[in-house]
Amino acid sequence: MKQIDVRGLACPQPVIDTQQALNESPEGVDILVDSVTAKNNIERFVKLSGYQVDGEETADGALLLRVRR
Amino acid sequence: MSKSFFEGKKGIILAGIVVGVLAVLLVQSGNPKNMGMCIACFIRDIAGALGLHRAAVAQYIRPEIIGIVLGAALMALGSKEFGSKGGSSPLTRFVLGFFVMVGALMFLGCPLRMVLRLGGGDLNALLGLAGFVFGIMIGIYFLKKGFSLKRNYSLPALEGLAFPLIIIGLLVLLLAAPAFIFFSAEGPGSMHAAVWLALLAGLLVGIFAQKTRLCMVGGIRDLILFKDSHLLWGFIAIFLTVTIGNLAVGTYQLGFMDQPIAHNDGLWNFLGMTLVGWASILLGGCPLRQLIMAGEGSSDSAIAVLGMLVGAAFSHNFGLAASAAGPAANGKIAVVIGLVIVLVIAYLNIENVKIQKKGEMKVEAN
Repeated sequence: MKQIDVRGLACPQPVIDTQQALNESPEGVDILVDSVTAKNNIERFVKLSGYQVDGEETADGALLLRVRR
Repeated sequence: MSKSFFEGKKGIILAGIVVGVLAVLLVQSGNPKNMGMCIACFIRDIAGALGLHRAAVAQYIRPEIIGIVLGAALMALGSKEFGSKGGSSPLTRFVLGFFVMVGALMFLGCPLRMVLRLGGGDLNALLGLAGFVFGIMIGIYFLKKGFSLKRNYSLPALEGLAFPLIIIGLLVLLLAAPAFIFFSAEGPGSMHAAVWLALLAGLLVGIFAQKTRLCMVGGIRDLILFKDSHLLWGFIAIFLTVTIGNLAVGTYQLGFMDQPIAHNDGLWNFLGMTLVGWASILLGGCPLRQLIMAGEGSSDSAIAVLGMLVGAAFSHNFGLAASAAGPAANGKIAVVIGLVIVLVIAYLNIENVKIQKKGEMKVEAN
């Protein structure tokens, strides 16, 4: 599965990167995020685009969002 | 109330209503008209109070700013969202903050005051809004091309706490009012609500804006970029609440002429807000949002706010700021210079633009 890392990026770059990743890999993408704002924005965007999302905390305190059809 | 409430549509609408009601209340309690809340004007007043500029009518340590930052910091600390972060092109952010202020003082208001002016019936703000949207569209063009100020990184706790601590220092100066702090005796700087009320209002705005990520530039940006109207609802809720509030208390005045602390030079209202919208997009949020993120521990946003503070000082020291009489000649030059500098920043930070050693630029294919 395609994976992107949007940790530390300012609005709206995490969502733009997600949009691009989903264009390249329409079946889904794994996204590493480190802010609640970016997480919420990505979740809202992928749901509007017809995807489902669940998250899992990583060892270093970041969040891995799994976006799937 | 659950977290999801604030993250949803009802949350952002409630935040907009709270900001709108407080804005009308603060004007009723002494703030200048259509200026219940204005991040740019209030930072300008703080610059004056500290003697960084000597415009005698714009000097006051605005408690609203203190409240907003502390409200955001308390919420972020309480929800464990607080995080010391920085290092994403700090000096570039300072320059962008500087020109956000130059543009805002041409228009006479930040994006939040633009909405408040619209809600007060000031039609000059329509040209400001048009310019703001135009600036946002230019910014989006660069975002789509790959504009980035790069990542921030985790920093020691004190780095993130420094800005809220400086703000507490400002609160001490406000309450102690030593002789070296300037307080306007006349003009907009002398018009203010009681300290406790302004502080409380700021705290509430900080709390709601932190929870909901309310952002004036984000609303229009997300609608254009992602067809996502979420943040725009906050913008709309403020406008409707303030419109109803002004009509209810009899301060609604529809038209272009004789609007409070505004001028009716449409071109420069447009261009001032173009600069604000464009630079704010590159910063990742409007002046209010920068204050909130600075409260959450972002030293990048704190530096953008400091850029605004210095921009305000320059604007009054060098005669850039507009007044009710209209734009100043120096201010027009400054706005044009600002647009050119923001263009350079926007272009050179596109991720596939490489500055070669010879000094020539080459756009590489991805």
